[in-house]
Parts: sequence; C-alpha cells; structure tokens
Amino acid sequence: MKIAPSKARGAPPRPLAARARSFDPTAPLSLAFVLLLATLVLLPMFWLVVTSFRDDAGRITLDHYWQFFTDASFLKPLFTTLWTSATVGALCVAVAAPMGWLVARTDLPAKRLLRILILASFVTPPFLGAFAWVLLGGPNAGLINQWYYGLFGLKAFEAAPLLNIFSAGGMVFVMILYTFPYVFTFVANALDLVPGELEEASAMLGVPPWRTALDVTLPLVTPALLAGFLVAFLQSMTLFGTPAILALPAGIDTMTTKIWSLFQFPPRLGLAAAVSLPLLAITVVLLKAQSTIMGRRGYAVIGGKSSGTRLLRLGAWKLPALVLFAFVLGCSIVLPYGVLLRTAFVKNWSGPMGFENLTLENWRFVFFEFSQTRLALQNTFELGLAAATVGTALVAVVAYLSVRRAVWGHRLLAFLATAPVAIPGIVLAVGLFLSYTHPPLVLYGTLAIIFLAYVTKELPVGYQQLGAALKAVHPELEDASRIFGATRMRALVDITAPLIREGMVTTWILIFIGSIRELSATILLFTARTKTVSVTMFDLRESNDWGPIAVLSITMLVTTFALVSLIDRFTRRRIA
Amino acid sequence: MKRLIAVFPFAMAAMLAIAGTAYAQETTPEMVAAAAREGKVVWYTSVDVKVAEVVAKAFRAQYPTLDVDVERAGSERVFQRISQEYASAIHNVDVVNSSDASHFLYWKQQKWLAPHTPPDVIRFPAQFKDPEGYFATWRATLSVMGYNTKLVDAKDAPTGYMDLLDPKWKGKLVKSHPGYSGTSLTGTFAIVKLLGWDYLEKLSKQGVLQLQSTTATPKSIASGERVVMIDGNEYNMFIEIDAKSPVKIVYPKEGTPFVTSPSAIFAEAPHPNAARVFENFLFTAKIQQLTATEGGTRSLHPDVKDPPGRTPLSAIKLLPDDPATMLPQIADIKKRYTALFGN
Repeated sequence: MKIAPSKARGAPPRPLAARARSFDPTAPLSLAFVLLLATLVLLPMFWLVVTSFRDDAGRITLDHYWQFFTDASFLKPLFTTLWTSATVGALCVAVAAPMGWLVARTDLPAKRLLRILILASFVTPPFLGAFAWVLLGGPNAGLINQWYYGLFGLKAFEAAPLLNIFSAGGMVFVMILYTFPYVFTFVANALDLVPGELEEASAMLGVPPWRTALDVTLPLVTPALLAGFLVAFLQSMTLFGTPAILALPAGIDTMTTKIWSLFQFPPRLGLAAAVSLPLLAITVVLLKAQSTIMGRRGYAVIGGKSSGTRLLRLGAWKLPALVLFAFVLGCSIVLPYGVLLRTAFVKNWSGPMGFENLTLENWRFVFFEFSQTRLALQNTFELGLAAATVGTALVAVVAYLSVRRAVWGHRLLAFLATAPVAIPGIVLAVGLFLSYTHPPLVLYGTLAIIFLAYVTKELPVGYQQLGAALKAVHPELEDASRIFGATRMRALVDITAPLIREGMVTTWILIFIGSIRELSATILLFTARTKTVSVTMFDLRESNDWGPIAVLSITMLVTTFALVSLIDRFTRRRIA
Repeated sequence: MKRLIAVFPFAMAAMLAIAGTAYAQETTPEMVAAAAREGKVVWYTSVDVKVAEVVAKAFRAQYPTLDVDVERAGSERVFQRISQEYASAIHNVDVVNSSDASHFLYWKQQKWLAPHTPPDVIRFPAQFKDPEGYFATWRATLSVMGYNTKLVDAKDAPTGYMDLLDPKWKGKLVKSHPGYSGTSLTGTFAIVKLLGWDYLEKLSKQGVLQLQSTTATPKSIASGERVVMIDGNEYNMFIEIDAKSPVKIVYPKEGTPFVTSPSAIFAEAPHPNAARVFENFLFTAKIQQLTATEGGTRSLHPDVKDPPGRTPLSAIKLLPDDPATMLPQIADIKKRYTALFGN
C-alpha cells in the first residue's frame, strides 16, 4: 500500500530526496558514536602521549624517553620481551603448523576431541596456566620434577631438575601452551581454503607425502604462518600474568612487569607513559605487517572453499602424530587442570596424595571465610555483565553503521572499533589511569574505570564477530522492507536484528569471558573495593596460598566452560 | 531540637577524637550502636590472610551487628594502595596494619591518622606506642631464617647470614622482597646496617628465588621448593611447625630483625565508630592471645603468654627496628635491592 509514496520520495526531484535523507536518524547517531568511540579509544592514548613528554612540574621534557633509552634497567626488559616473544612466535608456528596440517589434511583419528581440547587451551586464562605450571614445574617441589627425581633415584637440589619453570625458558614454554591455538586456527582455516587438487596432483606424480607437504602445501600457507607468528608474538608480548608469575621470581623483568613496577609508590607516571608508547608502536607496526601479509595473498589459488579434499592416510605415522597432540594438549590442558584440581583438595600441594593429605579446607576458606571472595565474585560478575551488555549493544550499532556504509563516518567507526587490538591491556590501563584520575571525570576507585577498560579492550572482538554476522545478511532484505515503506530503524529491528541474534549472543558471551579473566589492565586500575577475581588470585600468589588459588581457578574455569558450551549449543540449534 | 539531639552523639565522638590523646576510649554501647549503623569496618592489613580471617571471624562473633572487610596485601603494597587512593580522594580504609613501622610516621606527618588509644594500650611499654596516641604496635614478629629438615641435616644448616654465601647453598635459597613486604624491608635494612650492601651483592649471586611476601617464603621451604629461607615471618614458621611441616627456625647468630607492626585509624575513615570498636578489639588480651597462639605473632600485651615451645624473645639476639632512620632511605633501599635481585 505504501509503495507509492515511497517511490515518489525516490523520484527525480532530488532536493526533496536529499531533505528526506537528512531526516535519517542514523546520521547524527553515527556522529555520536564516532565521538563516543573516539573518547573511549583516543582519550587514553592522548594522555599517554602528553604525560610522556611532561615532567612533574608540567614542563615539556624528553627526560622520560632519555631515561628509557639509556637506563639498562629498562633496555634489558625490552630486550627480554623481544627475544622471548619472537621465540614464542617461532615455536608456536613450529608446533601448531603441523598440527593444523594434520587436522585438515590427514585421516588423524579423534579430530573432534582434539579440536575441543585446542579450544579449551584457547579459552584458558594464560595466568591460570602459569599458576598450574609453578606447581608442576617448580625446580624442586614441582610435581613433574618430583616424579623425575623419583623415577631416576635422584635427589632434588643435587641433580639438575628436568625443567625449571622459574626462568625465561619456562616462561616461553608456558606462553606457547596458551598461544599456539591462534596459529593453529590460522593454519587450519588457510588449509580449508587451499584447494587440495594441487596436492593431489603432486601425489599422483609420485611425490612422497612429506615432500608434497613441504614443497606444495607449505608455500601455500606461508602467509597464514607469518600472520600466525606475528599474532603469537603480540600475544606473548602483552601478557602480564605469565611473566609476573614465572619470570619475576628469577629476577627477570619484561616490559609489562616493568610498567607495573613503575606504578609502585610513588608512581612514576611520566616514565610509565614513555615506556608504554614503544610497546604500542611495536604492536601497531606488527599488526600493519600482519594485515599486509594477510591482505596480499599473492598466491592465486586461494579461492572458494574446496570440497572433498582427499585425506592423506597416515598409516604408521598415526602414532607420532598423536604423540605430538598428546604432548601439547597434555601440557596445556590435562596436566594443568589435573594439578589445579589436586591442589584444591589437599593440605600440602607438594605432598603425596595420601588420605591424610586430603581436605575440603581450601573450599571452606574461599567460600565461607575469605572476605574478599564475595566482593571479588560480585565485582567480576557485575563487570562481565555490564561490559558484555553495553559492549554488544555498542558494537551492534557500530558494526551496522560501518558494514552498511550507510552514513558519514563509517570508515572512522570501523577504524576506531578495531584500533584497540593494537593497544596492549597494560598500556590501555596506563592511559585510562592518566585520563580518569583528575577532573573533569574522576573514575579511579570505581568499577567504571575497569568497565571502560573491558569495553574498549573487547571492542575489536565484538566488532569482528558482529561485522561478519552483518555482512552475511544481504542488504536487499532491508532494502525490500524499506521499499515497503519501513523506516531504516524499523527495518533494522524487524529484519536484521533477528537474523544476527546468534551473532549477538556469541559476541555477548565472548566479551563476558574476556572480561572475567582480565588481569593485565585490571592490575593497574583496581582498588580495595573494586577488586576482581583475577586480581585476588594474583594477591594470593604473592603469599603462595596455592590451595585458595586452585579453588578460584576451578571456579573460573567451570564458569568459562559453561558459557562456551552455551555458545556451542546456541549456534548449533540455530543451524539445525 | 530534634536535629540537635541527632547530631549530639557525633559531636561527642568528634570531641572525644580530639581529646583522645589524653585518655583511652573504651568501647561503649553507644559506640557499638553507632558502629552498627555504619555496618562494617574496612581493615587493610599485611598479616597473613588466614590469620587476618581468624581475627575477622572472632570480631563478627563478638559483634554480630558488625562486619569486617579484610584487604590483605604486603605492607609496601598496602602503603601504595592507600597513597594512590588518597591521591584520588578515595577514603576507603578505616583501620590499617603494616609491618613497615615507618609508614605510620609518614601517615602521621601527613595528618592522615586519627588519635585513638585503646584501653589495653595504656599498659603497653612506651617504645611500642606513639606518645600522641596515633598508633601502637598491634603485633610483632621476627624476620627469621629457616630450613627444610628433610632436605638438610641440622648439623649442616646455616647458623647466620654469612653462612649463606657458601657455594653449597647456590640455587637453594629463597627470599622475600622489600619492595612488597614491610617485614622484608625492615629486615633487609637491618642486614644492610649490619653487613653492608656488599653482603647483599654477594648474596644476589647465589641464585636466590625471589618471592614477594614474608608469608610466602616459609610456605616455599615447607613445600620443598627451596632448602633455606633467608627471611620470612617467624609467625608463619610457627604455623608451619604446628601443621607438622618439615621446617625449622634459625635465629641468625648475627642477630634477628625484630619487626613491629603497628595499627592505626585513619582520620577520614568512612566508618569512624566501627573503626574504634575494631581497634579496641584488636588490642584486647583475648585477641592478642589468639593471634599469638593461632597466628604465631609476638604480642606486647603484658597479659599475653607465649605458647609453650616457642623460644622467648629474651633468649634471642634481636636487631631492633628503626623506622625513623629507615623512612628517608626507603626509596633508595628498594632501588638498590631491585638492581641486585629484580622486581
């Protein structure tokens, strides 16, 4: 019925059309969201830059940078950070590339289970892994070393330990365990896109499978490997918990622990800002490199998803292949979860598992006596709810505006929503601290400042999720409804929103999971009243209270996995 | 008139606070009633978290209308949090306890503390309380050495600090951090005064496992992660020994740092009445005895007796703490220490 007026609006007299379009509420909305995101993302960065050039009296100075680049106590952590992150990146590729290939191209058994376990190590908070590995790989009391000593009749302190987790090498090892899934995903996805015909041709010409893998498949996925390397490098560079738990006891600093130590009283904010900016610069450069590599894709064969790739028969190689998976997943999931579970139920974590060592005391203490527990759980939960809800709503609008390219500023919105990817958590925290500890807006000491950190940090994740979901909904559906006279808002609410509901739920849960495990930004922003579970665990670590730490770890893991399986169920029901 | 009556108790409380320097403030039913209206007390402390929760539980039992929020961290971290919070005008802390006694001198200089003398403190020896009533020593501990008895025989155990430089201890030592722990700072300062930085430099080459809290090092040797602890709370060692962990205390022959750990109320405390009820409670003979027996701390309350089996203070060569001298040097100590041992 309403076709006529609608057509009239679109008909020749253009000024009228322009005027009609100017009534579109999405234009001012877009401007408002550009400003909002700019405040979220750019204000902390602005204060970071300004503070790094200012001395205590407010004069312009280069002293902070001078100190950074001349003082060995800063250069050494920088050097440590660079070489350990590069090692993590390289080893992640070395481990995860074969794993990705095995899953995508061979008849490896139990693939679904393996993928689930890889997902599990992906969602395990890295600092939980580090806690667990202290209990496993401490040089003398660590359970693995105890077994090792026992097995060979050696004595702790006399023989060298099998592994010493309190070292740069130990830190690299644990970082790999929770970073390799990124590379695995890159490789597995790339292989899904590379048609198998080339490899089959190579096989038909009588080339042995391993030569085919090296000479044909490897070059095809090189961009994915490089990108995986860079992402792994970035991930490990920005971690705070793992180095603080494993490297600090050996007297080794990384950039993140160094920034954190600059916040000890009296805080040296100018220096902290000056030390943060190079970290930011490195991330920006690496991400640029990654997008160049992924964007170029100079290998023309990567096209649509290939179907029916013939799976390579592993035969006798099945065993070594499974050993590789068993080792990596054993180290990242089975052993750490096992040791946390064990520690939660014993009095002395390094003692034998006898009956007299069993106890429920840790659970009683954490849930009935420790006054921090309730506050921390409540704060964490509130922050997760708020960040996930507001974050999803924000990202939904931003993704819609930018993906539909409907309005002015859509490019800017896309940029601002993805920019936080380049901001390491601790650097964001320094920026937020500098922005909101002075008027006009004093947020330090409230949950609001931590909430801002979480929303900002999770923007890119959410944007990626919902952006992809929106791209899958063809605009012609909306166009159709608009032709029938619906306003853009109405089209959005009635047509698009229901279609991306699944994406919204996934986004919500991802932001929630990301928030409840956050440590590197929270560590600078919390106060006694605004503590979270992650920070509480970090405090307990400083006094070696492993029993309560294990109880809180298990609580956190159970919550996370419940939510992940919720995503799984939700998405599967939609498909079915 | 009604308003006047309503204001009266608060005016009284304020007057008492001002006059509090002269005499002790008993816990009156009115004070408890006013505290109940505030609901809870926020307690920042550096005492081991389990000891803190034992005290909190006893408080809730005695005052069912009141709750305690325990915020436990290392003394230097407690100091840092309060400084950062006060810099942002966040007044969250009511009662504070730190094992770095110089903090109290600093807070008093800043005029951040409220004068208050718990009744029991009147009988404390003069050197363990502020003459103007701003703070008093809630507990004391020694920063002791210790070892794991399964991993080293008594005859081979170190007897003093110099013994630790023996190459045989390389990779077997654990130490807490003066940048985190007040006990460690006080103890490290005493060691520096006695043996010089030269000693710490040699010690740093012994492959020392660097932990944060002096509550953590006894747990480390109890688990067998390290053989010998360079510094740790005597009270955590007592707790470990009571739990039958294989550890033994060493009082170094050069002397054992004696660390006082005062308690005070903040002037801007958000729960001023609850704070006073709690502070009085902390110094009662009952709680002093409880923390001594279950928490292993040393009490300066004249009615408290050391539980059997503990070496009396009179039999130990003590290195007394000296907060006034330490205060201006703290930043320097932490910096030099971090350069040697890391963060």
